[in-house]
Amino acid sequence: MIKVRNLSKNYGDVEAVKSINFEIQDGEIVGFLGENGAGKTTALQMITGYLAPTSGMVEVNNLNISDHALEIQTQIGYLPELNPLYPEMTVFEYLEFIAKVRKITGKQFRDALSRVVDKCGLQGVVHKHISSCSKGYKQRIGLAGSMIHDPKILILDEPVTGLDPNQIVEIRELIKSLGREKLVLMSSHILQEIQATVGRIMIIHRGEIVANGTNEELMSNFRGNTLLNLEVKNANETSLKDLSVAVPNMDVVNLEEKTGRHILQIEYAQDVDPREDLFNYAVSSGWVILKMTPTTTDLEDIFRKLTMEDQANA
Amino acid sequence: MHNTRTIFLREIRSFFNSPMAYIFLVIFAIFNGYFFTSTFFLYNQSDLRSLFSVVPMVYLIFVPAISMGLIAREINIGTMETIATLPLKTYEFVLGKYLAVISLILLGLVATIIHLFTLMKFGSKIDYGALLTGYIGLALVGSMYAAIGTFASSITDNQVVAFIIGVFIVLIFFLMGFFLPLVPTNLAGIIQYLSVDYHYSNISRGVIDSRNLVYFFSVIGFFLAMTVQSLEVRKWK
Repeated sequence: MIKVRNLSKNYGDVEAVKSINFEIQDGEIVGFLGENGAGKTTALQMITGYLAPTSGMVEVNNLNISDHALEIQTQIGYLPELNPLYPEMTVFEYLEFIAKVRKITGKQFRDALSRVVDKCGLQGVVHKHISSCSKGYKQRIGLAGSMIHDPKILILDEPVTGLDPNQIVEIRELIKSLGREKLVLMSSHILQEIQATVGRIMIIHRGEIVANGTNEELMSNFRGNTLLNLEVKNANETSLKDLSVAVPNMDVVNLEEKTGRHILQIEYAQDVDPREDLFNYAVSSGWVILKMTPTTTDLEDIFRKLTMEDQANA
Repeated sequence: MHNTRTIFLREIRSFFNSPMAYIFLVIFAIFNGYFFTSTFFLYNQSDLRSLFSVVPMVYLIFVPAISMGLIAREINIGTMETIATLPLKTYEFVLGKYLAVISLILLGLVATIIHLFTLMKFGSKIDYGALLTGYIGLALVGSMYAAIGTFASSITDNQVVAFIIGVFIVLIFFLMGFFLPLVPTNLAGIIQYLSVDYHYSNISRGVIDSRNLVYFFSVIGFFLAMTVQSLEVRKWK
């Protein structure tokens, strides 16, 4: 379990993280979503004990990081953003080194090695030098290093950057499978990635958590009104004018005429659905409906809204 | 100790996996060999005095050079973040790194024993006690400069900068003795005590006084503690 209370970090005058609060339970996969420089990495670095917070506290499995950093670090596996590795070492040497610091040796190490090699798909590169591995492999080596001790908590900072689409799918599946028994906290600036991988999303913007919930929760909390695109034939002026009176709970926000057709944009609140009334009205007025498509707000719109609003004000 | 050993072995392996260690050992041997033999037969004395006076000067460049990458490189390539988030105490890390550099320096010193054979072949009435203390002195000076080099490497992510800072601090300690005549008399005692040459020359003359040992060990301790501090402070940047 990770518990974060009023956590802040200042770099000089810059407030990188501003008093954030959240809790993550075991077995959850949670994603930090935010633009570059939003404070994701700084927040993760404070949880892993790499940076000391300016104020606030981090608790991991009921231990406070400021007093029990080493104990917490034995329980956490961390993949830093830039995935730093020693290029002159072989994959085996690197994993052996990390394992040794984590007091995993002998038979235990051999078991751990075959587990991570298998999970991260490192067969065939184990005795290669890291410098001669491709970026995709390097990312997996980093991941293997972070889970060699089978940690209860995995913290992955941008785990899929630099991977090709197939590798992204593989790593995503790996993270999901890990999430069944572990707590996984990952970050990404790629929305699709977060959406496809995690169970809960925290949107972080300018050091603050501006949204926290599952994909569905975010959608229902932040979805504004629905826009409906309606394209009709054979509509006359009067029937178009009467539309807003005849069908309740909706507004015509735009009307265009194109060679005998009318394109209408209709807006309505998310808790109502006037589509059936619209259809009946169209039939009774002798319209022919060519197209009726609601444009759904997706997470991308929500993300843009949450992160742009502020910039407009600033 | 377990972690110090792990860090130490990784560092040693990394020295010998790159050309670094070999270049250091070969050039160190050539320098010392050249300066030793060029005066050895001229002096016509049964000792290694010329070796013992040249090695500390060769150290001035070589020790900062082999220690410049020690920590600066880890900061530069980002592995410091991996290290800092492993269950590992900062002092264990620093000590492992430091011992690795010392080992390389001692290995370089071992290679100079070849000059001892020259001495044994041509010399007579060799004072082996003085030779032993001479080597102890060289090991102590090397260890002290290595601590300075380790510190210099911990305050930057740029190896060249680390090298320059290392040489600069080492030079201060080395040159202090030479400026002795220029300083006011009430300061002379302190300056003399801080000068590496004063303590080294005592030891290489065959006198191992606890005052000299205290000097070397406290300078080493001071710079290693500073190294730990400078790494700890990075958390609070």
